[in-house]
Amino acid sequence: MSALASPVPVPSSADGADAAVPAAGVAAAIPAIPTDAPASPVVSASVRRRARNELLAKLFAPVLGIALLLLVWQLIAKGNASIPGPGPTWQAAVTAFSDPFYQNGPNDQGIGFKIVASLGRVATGFGLAALVGIPLGFLIGRWSFLNRMTSPVISLLRPVSPLAWLPIGLLVFKGAHAAAIWTIFISSIWPMLINTAVGVQRVPADYMNVARVLNLSEWKIFTKILFPAVLPYLMTGVRLSIGTAWLVIVAAEMLTGGVGIGFWVWDEWNNLKVENILLAIIVIGVVGLLLEAALMALARRFAYE
Amino acid sequence: MIGELKTDPQGDARGAFEANYLVVERAGVVFDTKNGPFVALRDIDLKVSKGEFVTLIGHSGCGKSTLLNLVAGLNAPTSGHLLCANREIKGPGPERAVVFQNHSLLPWMSCLENVLLAVERVFGAEESKKQLQARARAALELVGLSHAVDKRPQEISGGMKQRVGIARALAMEPRVLLMDEPFGALDALTRAHLQDELLKIIATTGSTVVMVTHDVDEAVLLSDRIVMMTNGPAATIGEIVDVDLPRPRDRVALAQDARYMRLRTRVLEFLYRRHARVELTVA
Repeated sequence: MSALASPVPVPSSADGADAAVPAAGVAAAIPAIPTDAPASPVVSASVRRRARNELLAKLFAPVLGIALLLLVWQLIAKGNASIPGPGPTWQAAVTAFSDPFYQNGPNDQGIGFKIVASLGRVATGFGLAALVGIPLGFLIGRWSFLNRMTSPVISLLRPVSPLAWLPIGLLVFKGAHAAAIWTIFISSIWPMLINTAVGVQRVPADYMNVARVLNLSEWKIFTKILFPAVLPYLMTGVRLSIGTAWLVIVAAEMLTGGVGIGFWVWDEWNNLKVENILLAIIVIGVVGLLLEAALMALARRFAYE
Repeated sequence: MIGELKTDPQGDARGAFEANYLVVERAGVVFDTKNGPFVALRDIDLKVSKGEFVTLIGHSGCGKSTLLNLVAGLNAPTSGHLLCANREIKGPGPERAVVFQNHSLLPWMSCLENVLLAVERVFGAEESKKQLQARARAALELVGLSHAVDKRPQEISGGMKQRVGIARALAMEPRVLLMDEPFGALDALTRAHLQDELLKIIATTGSTVVMVTHDVDEAVLLSDRIVMMTNGPAATIGEIVDVDLPRPRDRVALAQDARYMRLRTRVLEFLYRRHARVELTVA
């Protein structure tokens, strides 16, 4: 937050309290604290010890959580012979990731290609949804007539399961690939559209009064006031949309086939290679996590406060 | 100042124009609420001359901000009309700059960019980028913020933010400067400091100012006239006090001044005896 604002390290004379905030932020951003060691070694040693303990405590809980998950998994695998435990799944992972980008014909490709194919579909569908949803969100938020006009339509269409749109996609686009993208599009448009519209409606009245007093043009209002004010809302919408898209792609690919992580799950079910299904579940989870983390970082980059 | 203009032999027409620089005639405001129409203001008649400093004072809810918003053009009167420099006020415009109570700076812009947004709107058509920059910087210098031009609003104190708000309004070289409790959210010391600075700035720019306040000392210290408003609903102007204290005014010297005390007592008496908050005296 304060690293973003990049304050000049000049001590402000009048406003010490305010100037201290960015300074503290910079200090917190540096993980180790060896610089003040000569000043007071006793204090700094205890501070360092406390910092280390805090780090251990922070790491301990998540590690324990994962260990418990593995334990439960192992117990289930022991009780049910058809479910492979963490060991065989690890073996499957080593095999799969030792050669992630092999290509034996169109339907037998490495796990890397599968992930890339799925991400490509998500990116295309999501990108189209952003292209339509975000501008539409701005228009709906800015003009209440448009809002009243579209709100029953949105309320009606939004709760529909994305997969219900798949047959329509197959019918209209006459192809499994396009239908999968269409499904991603229709499922990921709503959070972006709605968040953008809500963001526009919640732009503080003060900012709009500034625009009114200055008699700003609609374009200036958009670029200087609306867009920056709405950006945090918009980023939340984008995050929700990508999350939904990644959820939906697995199901869509199961139904449409082709190369992709979702179809892989279905394929391995047909082959009864359960360890690969478990591996796929973990990979889907990890990719989803990384997408989320990347977008969180991006959202923080755009936060102005 | 008005007296001087009136004795000017060749300036009768100009004198009339400058004496009626801002005119509010029989203005009234009725809001539509769930419980039917609510009369916020009625029968407001006010003339402000060029270069005059007028404060509007009254208890909260008396419609003083509503009156200021009428002049700003942010609200439209339900009855009556308003003129600024002989032109009807039909909506907000940069010739009537507003300093908002909560500074209303855009947090994603630096102080300079905030001021520049206003400067570009007013002078962007005929001046170069460099000239516009110079204007914005000069305005920030005027309020003593040359060192903070590149800071974001959230990096500076409340008093400094309010000063940026004032700089933004002044940089537009408005015909009328409208201030809605500009120092209301500040601590007493910062407030006194900014009042003194405002006095100095107004002395150099000669701006026409209408300011809303609830602070009696602020009103007496800054104004040429104090417009005291009756309590709402259906508030109107109760009384107008001429503040004939010579300028420049010094707050420490004035604290002992008998005329200052008399004026202060007059305003206090109006606010707390005749129009106290509890007894709703409005007919």
